[in-house]
This record gives sequence, structure tokens and C-alpha cells, in this order.
Amino acid sequence: MKGMGIMYDAIIIGAGVVGCAVAQQMAKYGGKLLVVDRMEDVADGASKANSGIVHAGFDAHPGTEKARLNVKGSKMYGALARELGVPYGQPGALVLGFSEEDRETLKKLLAQAEANEVEGCRIVERDEILAMEPNTNPEVVCALYAPTSGLVSPYEMTCALADSAAENGAEFSLANPVLEIKPTADGNWLVITERDEYKARAIVNCAGIGSGVLHNMISTRKVKMIARRGEYYLLDHMADIPFTMTMFQCPTKMGKGVLVSPTTHGNILLGPTADDIDNGYDVATTRKGLDTVMDKVRLTWPKVNLRQVITTFSGIRAHEENGDFIIGKVEGAPAGAYEAVGVESPGLSAAPAIGQELGDEVAAFLGLEKKADWKKPTPLPRSFRNMTDAEREEAYKKDPEYGVLVCRCEQVTEAEIRAAIRRPVGARSIDGVKRRTRAGMGRCQGGFCSPRVMEILCEELGVSPLEITKCGGESKLLVGTLHQIAKEARPDEN
Amino acid sequence: MKTELPAIQVDILLVGAGPAGLAAAIAAKKAGVDSLIVLEREDNAGGILRQCIHNGFGLHRFKEELTGPEYAQRDIDTANEMEIDVRTGVTVLSVTKDKVVTAISKKYGLQIFQAKAVVLAMGCRERPRGALAIPGTRCAGIYSAGTAQKFVNLEGYMPGRTCVILGSGDIGLIMARRMTLQGAKVLACVELMPFSSGLNRNIVQCLHDYNIPLYLSHTVTDIRGKERVTGVTVSQVDENRRPIPGTEIEFECDTLLLSVGLIPENELTIGAGVEMSPATSGAVVDDHLQTNIPGIFACGNVLHVHDLVDFVSNESFKAGQAAADFVQGKQANGRVIPVKDGAGVRGAVPQQIRLEKGAEHENVDVMFRPDRVYQNPYVVVKADGKPIFSQKKMIMAPGEMANITLNAKQLAACEDAETIEVSISMEKPVLA
Repeated sequence: MKGMGIMYDAIIIGAGVVGCAVAQQMAKYGGKLLVVDRMEDVADGASKANSGIVHAGFDAHPGTEKARLNVKGSKMYGALARELGVPYGQPGALVLGFSEEDRETLKKLLAQAEANEVEGCRIVERDEILAMEPNTNPEVVCALYAPTSGLVSPYEMTCALADSAAENGAEFSLANPVLEIKPTADGNWLVITERDEYKARAIVNCAGIGSGVLHNMISTRKVKMIARRGEYYLLDHMADIPFTMTMFQCPTKMGKGVLVSPTTHGNILLGPTADDIDNGYDVATTRKGLDTVMDKVRLTWPKVNLRQVITTFSGIRAHEENGDFIIGKVEGAPAGAYEAVGVESPGLSAAPAIGQELGDEVAAFLGLEKKADWKKPTPLPRSFRNMTDAEREEAYKKDPEYGVLVCRCEQVTEAEIRAAIRRPVGARSIDGVKRRTRAGMGRCQGGFCSPRVMEILCEELGVSPLEITKCGGESKLLVGTLHQIAKEARPDEN
Repeated sequence: MKTELPAIQVDILLVGAGPAGLAAAIAAKKAGVDSLIVLEREDNAGGILRQCIHNGFGLHRFKEELTGPEYAQRDIDTANEMEIDVRTGVTVLSVTKDKVVTAISKKYGLQIFQAKAVVLAMGCRERPRGALAIPGTRCAGIYSAGTAQKFVNLEGYMPGRTCVILGSGDIGLIMARRMTLQGAKVLACVELMPFSSGLNRNIVQCLHDYNIPLYLSHTVTDIRGKERVTGVTVSQVDENRRPIPGTEIEFECDTLLLSVGLIPENELTIGAGVEMSPATSGAVVDDHLQTNIPGIFACGNVLHVHDLVDFVSNESFKAGQAAADFVQGKQANGRVIPVKDGAGVRGAVPQQIRLEKGAEHENVDVMFRPDRVYQNPYVVVKADGKPIFSQKKMIMAPGEMANITLNAKQLAACEDAETIEVSISMEKPVLA
């Protein structure tokens, strides 16, 4: 129980984009911070498996926390992404309508956009849509155009926020699930995890799908979380990207449609489905779910080609029964408990605003002042893939390991992989390297590079290849040396 | 911002020092070109053969059974004896239509080459799980067969104890045997199609000899396991390759190996603006292995996926010779006649034959795969619809590349044709 003696000012539970945004903001104050998460890496829940859209804000009902924080958060994105050096773009979005009935729905969305103070939205007609996005289904009738809709790489964003928090003193304890939280007799909080117990003056529950259980442990006002799984297809990047904007479908009586969107790295994302499931940590994909995505995508993009698929995945949205974010001081709990519960879409868009507001609120409760010596984030360097020849020459002169291409598909160099492992909250697994560098994200899905990434992890971390995992825990890549396994099979032979 | 680096002048630049690149380099040097450089991204020459430690290579070319490393070593030794400049650890980043090649390496940094001719010999890669969109979890324990082969044969580690293999491509079959010999249990080899895509000899020597069941017309329909694979579900498929409910078989395993197809690795080719063939996923070439860009050639698995390295070498010798002819100003003249895939034929290479009217024609080999299994068919070549060639085959299967040779007389009969078509017919054609 080594943590018992340590008193933190605040413990943030959950190292997703919200937890890391709160931590980054709080680290601007002088407190002693701890971020704990059940997974072995940050961004390892909903933050790694979502659409990566920074929503303009026309979708949320006016007057809700979702609407307010979405619009506020999305306006913060450009500056924040630049500061962190995280891939971000603002290509705009279209919500496609295929009937006059859909037009009525789009008009309502437009009215909502105006009420939420989303700038520049308007209804566009078929010809303009096809001029903007020629691969759209020609049966389209009209669309809502939202020029401020953006894209971000959600896991790179989360990793960068975590690094910035860590550079300013926040501690991270990963692969350390929280089992219980409770108030102590002396007015503080006890956080019991699988590995330890910690005390803090304040706790901030940002545990995503797990946030409901934690909330209900300490509050008299209960919440009900629903795990809503979304399945996706990811397509390879192509020479001629078929869509430059995020293409939504108009919600109809038949349900909410799926999106077709470029990613910040030039891939195309298709999805998601929305299925409520019992196990909030079950991120399997299903035949039915994937087929549903493909069926619905054809409405937007009739010429979608399955040969371009490089992977499929699913993510869980933490939906609270009442449908809105629950942000701030935990109602019905003793002082010092804060939370961000029910942060489903547009949670990624809202994260910078949630981080700022919640971080400031907790710091105020703790009576902390902004630090004079706060270190500004170190922007992530431009990736080798996006460098000019001259920049590549420069990079090589500083570090010859820029001359070693490890991932062919995404052109990731050995220098970048080593840097990812050495970051303040560094990669510890194959997936951790993948999320930070894109090694293994390409069309061969790590077939060529994963053995080499494994070796580099071994060198950097000083461990055996038998210890290296895909994503922490028991997800080891290898089961033994040739000799060990042969010996197990034939114990009598030498 | 452009780099100020001076371009290194070279007659022939070859991308890749696997069997294709080495053979092309050897042929070009023999043809009298001294200024040639082979760039290889791995730290050793030899390509994928380095990890293919089983035997069976070289039966056609050397009339003996070699292991992959032995086969590769012969070409490496020849290249060394001929003082061919093979540079390892160098990754080519781009090739332009003007044959400007940009590469980077730890040893030399960023380098720009200006070549007179470029031979593309980058090989192929395996299709990953994601491309098949197999449902289930995304835990550890799912590998392409070649990645598993690298772990076992080059690194000395076992990727699993109990495995199921999806796909009956040759690497999958070879790995079924390799894993078994090394103490793992291989529960099943599962093939979507009603026939294997591997060589018959590998089915016998790698599955039958070890009592590993082959499930034809089956596929993996679910992968279970939170952190590491704990099992897979295999289902039978109907004639449209859709799983049939009620036919599920559950396997408890910690590993799923995939041998579900190879894809030529053509990023550089596409970047150069070379015309591509959807049937082969490789470049469109003429009978001299030249692409639509004069002076850019392609050979080996980057052009079309071969079954046997012997044929890769054979094709690549021709490409090397042709590249040498090109830089020496001896390239072929004549009219380009397209070669089309007819009934039953997939991915005939070359896609074009260049014929000079009245000239002495050299034999042209045409390689392709049948679209399914055929018993006692005829391969027929037609010039503008008139049969000019027919050859009876005992059995044809998609797992074995078919090869026919058109001779001078048959080619002469094509001189005035607009198209040449290769097809498979169950009827013996009447030759014109």
C-alpha cells in the first residue's frame, strides 16, 4: 500500500480525452495530481475508437450541456491542436437529405444551429452538393452545410494532452483499475485501485463508460449508464480522396444514418452503428453490425469499394439515460467530488471546454493559483511522412535513425518510434506505438513492422520480447522461445 | 522547399534485392551495363526467401531442391562476384516518371538518383485480417502467416501454442507444418473457396502428412478473446461465400494465422504514374516487362504474385536484359497489341505484346491463373477472334500459375491483330 502515505490534491479517474484534458488544465495550477486508468495506455477506451469529428454543434438540442460545451469546445480546437502539434482540420460537413421530408428535418437542424450559435450553416441544393463532393449519391436532394465541422486525431490529441499534463508534474498510474472511491472521515477522498490506495482532497470522475458505477458509489442521485457500441470500417488512403468533407445522413424514422468521413490522415472512415449492449467493455465487431454500416453507407456513397478496407473496429459510447452530459460537482455527494459523466458524442468536440471548465472549478475548490513556471506543451514534431525532402535531410542530420523506415505503409522511421516510447507518457505496447506514430496503421496492418517495433520496444524498455504486449495485460505477442515450446510438447527429448 | 542534393547518375536503378531484383541486376550486368545500383530496404539481400527455411526451391532453375536462404545465396554470391552494387538498409521513398528515385538510409541519409532505367522489384505483402473484415475482438494472437514465419524462423520465438490457419495459401500451409514441428498444435486449416489456393505438393506435405484437417468452403466467422485469442468460430459457406447458419464449429486456440492472399506492393509504381492492372494489382507491362513509362520495368511478385521463385528469377532475367537493351538504345520496336483475359483467365501477363511486322520474333511466355479448377481443358489464344494457339492441360487450378509459350510462327499470326485473347475452353479449337 505504498500510495497510502501520499496525499494528492486531486485524483483524476480515467485517462481518456476528457480525463487528460482536465489533467492538462489542472496541471497549470500548482497541485499534486494523479491520473489513474484501468488500461495500460491513455486513450484506450472510447477516445481511441470514435469518428474523430469535431462537431460544429448543430446536432445538440439548444440549452443542453452538450450543445453549450460542443460549440465552446469546437471553437477551442484550432488553437489547442496547433499548440499540441496534433493533426486537426476543418473541412466542413454535409448532412444529406434524400426527400422533401428530409428537408424539413434539415431545416430544424439549421434552426438548432442558429440557436446554438454555430456559424455559417445553410441549406444547399443537389447541384452544389455534387459540385462540392462529386462522389455523393446523385439522388441527393438537399443538405445542411456546416463549414466549421472539423476533424481531429482523437488518440493523438489525448496522448498530447497527457504529455503536457505529465510535463507539468501530473503523475500517471496506468493498468490500475479503480475498485472503489469513498469519502474519508477527515473530509478527503480515498481511491482504492487494484494495485494501491490513494488519498486526495478532490476526485474527478472521467471514467467514461465506467463513470456511472463510480458516481453511484458516492452520490444519492443515481445515474444509469448505457453502453452504446458503434462499429466502423476504415479504408486505406487513396491518391484521390473520394470525400473531403464529413458526410452525415439526415436522421429519419428509420434511424440515425452513418457517416462517411475523411480522417486527419487521409483515410476514409465509415460508421458507426449504435447498439446498446450489456458489457460496456465488449468492443468486438459483428457481422451484422459491419453489414449494417456497409448497407447504410451506400446511400451516401453508392460506389464504396470493400477492397479498400484495411480494418474494422468498434467503440463504446457512454450514454446516460437522460441523454445529456453531467459535468461539475457531483450532486448528492460530499464536497470535493467532481465528474464528467455521460460524455458520449459530441464528447470529443466538447473535451477542451470540459477540461478547461472542470479543471478550473476543481482548482478553485482546492484554492490553487496558476503556476508561474507552467511549461507550454511541446508541439509534436511533423511526421516523416509529411516532411519535405529538405526537412527529411534536416531530420536525418539531427538523428540518423530518421534514415531507417520501419513502417513502410505509413512511412514511420525508427527515430519516431523511439521518440514515442520516450515521451512523458510513452508507448509501452505495439498499439501504444501505433497510436503515437501510425506504425502498423497502414494497409499491411503491422505485418511487416510489428516484429521490428517489438525489438525497439525491447531495447528502449530493457525487457525481453516475451514481455511485449499488443495492448497491455495478457495480450503478449509471443508465447515462448522455440526451445521452450518444443520442450513443453516433447518433455522427454533434449 | 526542395532539397539542394545533387542527383547521383546511374544507368539502371533496381528497387529491391530479393530474387527478382538480384536476377534483373545480374542479367543487366551480363548484358554489359556496369552502372547499376540495387537498393534494398532490409539489412540483408535475399528478400522473403531469407525466412523461407523449408526446401523445395530451385527445382526448375537449378534442378535441385534448395532452401529459401540457399536459393537466395546463389544470386547474392553471383552478384558479389560480378561486383554488383547492392546497398542494403536503403528505403526508396519515391520514383518519378522521369526516373528520379529518392531514397533514405541510416548510412547515406537522403539520396536522389537520376536513372536511365528503373526496375521495380519490391515484391508483395500479405493481406491482413482487417482487409477481410472478420468480426470479433482485436486481441493479440492474430498474425499473417509470413509474420509468424519471421518470428519463428528469424527471431526464434513462437507466436502461439494452438492455432487455426485461415486460408490455404502456400505460406499458411508451410507454417502449418512448421508450427507442428516446433511443438504447436494446428487444429485446422480453413479455406473459403472450394479448392485450395496453395500448391498441391504443399497440401500433401504440410497438411496430410501431419493429419491437419483442411476445411474447404469454410471461413472464420468470429474471433474471441479479450487480451489474447481464446477461440475462433468456423462456419461453412454457400456458393456465394456466405456463412451458413447452423454449421458453426468452435475451436479453442490462442492463435489465428492468416494466409489469405498476397498483394503486390506497388505504392512506388502508382506514385510514378505507371498504368496498373486491376486483375493482377501490378503494372501493365509488355513482353519486355516494360511498363507504359519507357524505361520503367517491373518483375517478380510486384508485377504479379508467383507460386515459384524459379519463375520469378526467369521473368526478372528478362526484365534485366530489357532494361539493359533500353539504356543501350536497343529497345524493341513495333506495334503494341493488347493481350486480354478471355473466358476462364485471370491476370494474363504480359498485358501487351510488341510485334514488329516481318521481324524474327522471340518466344513470348504468357502467365495467368484460371478462375476455377478445370479438368482436361484447352488453353486457347486467339488473334482478333481466330484461334492461333491451343494447348491441352491435364488439370488447371487457381493455386497454380499457368504458363504458355507463343513461338515465332504463332506470333507472326498475330502481327496484324488488334487484340490477342487468352481463354480456357473445354472444346478443342480449330486453329486458323
